[in-house]
Amino acid sequence: MTESQFPDSIVIKGGKLVDAGGERSGDVRISGGQIVAVGEDLDADRVLDAGGCLVSPGLVDLHTHLREPGSEEAETIETGARAAALGGYTAVLAMPNTKPAIDSASVVKDVLELGRAALIDVQTSGAITVGRNGEQLAPMAEMADLGVHVFTDDGSGVQSDALMRRAMEYATGLGVTLAQHCEVTALSAGTAMNEGEWSTKLGLGGQPAEAEELMVMRDIALARLTGARVHFLHMSTAGSVDMIAAAKASGLPITAEAAPHHFTLTDACCATYDATFKVHPPLRTSSDVDAVKAGLASGTLDAIATDHAPHTPESKELPFDEAPPGMLGLEYALALAFTELVDGGAMTDADVLARLSWQPAAIASMAEQGRPIAVGEAANLCIVDPSVTWIIDDSGGASRSRNVPYVGRAVRGKVRHTVCAGEAVVIDGEAQG
Amino acid sequence: MGNLLTISDLQRDEIEEIFDVADAMAEINRRRIPKVPTLRGQTVATLFFEDSTRTKLSFDTAAKRLGADVMGFSVSSSAVKKGESVRDTIETIEAMGVQAVVVRHRSSGVPLQISRWSDAAVINAGDGWHAHPTQALLDAFTIRNRFDSLDGLHIGIVGDIVHSRVARSNIEAFTKLGAQITLVAPPTLLPARMDWPVEISHSLDDVLEDLDVCYLLRVQNERISEALFPSLREYTSMFGLTTRRADRLGPNAIIMHPGPMNRGVEIAGEVAERPNSLVTDQVANGVSIRMAVLFLLLGAPRESLIGGEGERSVEVVPVSAGESGGSR
Repeated sequence: MTESQFPDSIVIKGGKLVDAGGERSGDVRISGGQIVAVGEDLDADRVLDAGGCLVSPGLVDLHTHLREPGSEEAETIETGARAAALGGYTAVLAMPNTKPAIDSASVVKDVLELGRAALIDVQTSGAITVGRNGEQLAPMAEMADLGVHVFTDDGSGVQSDALMRRAMEYATGLGVTLAQHCEVTALSAGTAMNEGEWSTKLGLGGQPAEAEELMVMRDIALARLTGARVHFLHMSTAGSVDMIAAAKASGLPITAEAAPHHFTLTDACCATYDATFKVHPPLRTSSDVDAVKAGLASGTLDAIATDHAPHTPESKELPFDEAPPGMLGLEYALALAFTELVDGGAMTDADVLARLSWQPAAIASMAEQGRPIAVGEAANLCIVDPSVTWIIDDSGGASRSRNVPYVGRAVRGKVRHTVCAGEAVVIDGEAQG
Repeated sequence: MGNLLTISDLQRDEIEEIFDVADAMAEINRRRIPKVPTLRGQTVATLFFEDSTRTKLSFDTAAKRLGADVMGFSVSSSAVKKGESVRDTIETIEAMGVQAVVVRHRSSGVPLQISRWSDAAVINAGDGWHAHPTQALLDAFTIRNRFDSLDGLHIGIVGDIVHSRVARSNIEAFTKLGAQITLVAPPTLLPARMDWPVEISHSLDDVLEDLDVCYLLRVQNERISEALFPSLREYTSMFGLTTRRADRLGPNAIIMHPGPMNRGVEIAGEVAERPNSLVTDQVANGVSIRMAVLFLLLGAPRESLIGGEGERSVEVVPVSAGESGGSR
């Protein structure tokens, strides 16, 4: 092929293509932001070597705390998007617990505007209630007009049964999805970790699994009542996974995600009072970890979502009970999933990519993400070498923060290139621009 | 190491060595001038992020009787109120030159966090619900002095176990020293899950006559609003050591309480004054135990809590009034 035919074209060469349609080998030529050819022995102006790699639709994170506006010392849209690109993501869904909360059209516009300068596609959720206070519905229709498809008060759950019922009814009129952080604060107030033998030993307030499960149970009931599409964020307990499975079997339009830390870490990690391991929902027991892994394998849990939650080192040095919850995830999720769910579980690499790419893209109604690798589709791709083993360090990568709970862990799978909207934003593991 | 953070850091023989040193300290404390220059020139900082007059006084007294300088620090008069972090506080104090920091904090784990940032010996004077090792040592020392050994004793710990650092440390210490423990409390005041080697009872009356030690914990009013029990009156009727219950204790049984007591709630006022109530012995032993801990951490080689192979002895020569500088 010549330059004149495909100006500024890129070819991804020698990889194995994996998408919702299955696996096959082939090269991918990209030009003008789109996939223009898929086949053998393709050429272009620029070649990205994908030898030994899986070429997947770009990863999509349903659960990213970008901290902007309001907490730019911990993360910005620019740094968070860079971390995401390095982790193989081509789109992230920003969570609305910023300062101010993303609860109005004007804040949505600001975030989307900042996102346009980022390396990847930054989309945002909107809050269900004004200020995420759980008292009054936020202007969901105005935000939906700007392209917001997912609404959540993440960081806390909507406590009022009546308000959640009305939010669900209202959402059905807009065709949007409500995503719930399931935590009954009456049972979790004053707690810092999972309730169990470790909280007893450490003298820290513990919240029982039921603090999550009661809200899962309620929202399943309300989804049945209202017909709303409900997405369950960061499911962490065996009981939650069971309820989701039963509700799906009964035909309700619900989906659910799990975070990497909930299939890799347990409450025993809190033993040294290192607040890096403090997160909501809290790290649970090994049997919960097993249930989350099984839920991902069975498809009960549709997506792996990072809950990437940057916090400054100072805030993570506070006493455990005072420190903010959350941990980084964008640069580790794919490798943790290959390591724990494939090597240490029952899934295949392709299963993992489904949970990280096309399934979350569908949940968030991202039309140009998670698409088949085919001519005419937007060129959003993740190229990962599944054979590289590496050790996670404490640098925090491209994030402004470094609250990494996986330091020293050996993992398999390293992102080599990320292509977003036809641009190579990561080449050979280096972010571009 | 060179810290005392929890009882779980200690082996049984280390606890017994602390007791042996505390015996020597008790001997010093009985003197007309109870003061030795063993730690002269060393500085002990007491960092009480949470107020505690009794424990702070006990550590202050212990350090001064060993001739150490004491640098006091309390939240009400400190930069913490202005938003300074614990790490900045500890680094500031350490820069002034201290050999030990005695830490009390309302949050569990803070002494362990401080030990990661400090080269000084860190002594936990109570953190959250987690641990209060010197209280456990002084309690075990008090029991050992009465019964010679804790081996085979039946100790009942009565009251608000779940919120009690004293209970956690005592369970560890008493168990290590061979005692059998029964926790006596309503289910709401017990941890939801635990893997301690203890018996559980929800009735003080059921276990009372079998106890060698009846250890009562302080009950706090605020637990009523948390729906952990309905009223102090009902608590006392079920779990208070009333006069009638105290009469049913065995002839050699003793009564203990870490203080401060709620007379008329967990312990009847009259019962607290009985000869078999060792509450004031506990306070006196607290000074000896804290002297022993300070000595072993600061006066002995620093390789381990109890020191290495090196020779050492407690200075037994009383100092004259003129030599006791630095303690004010």
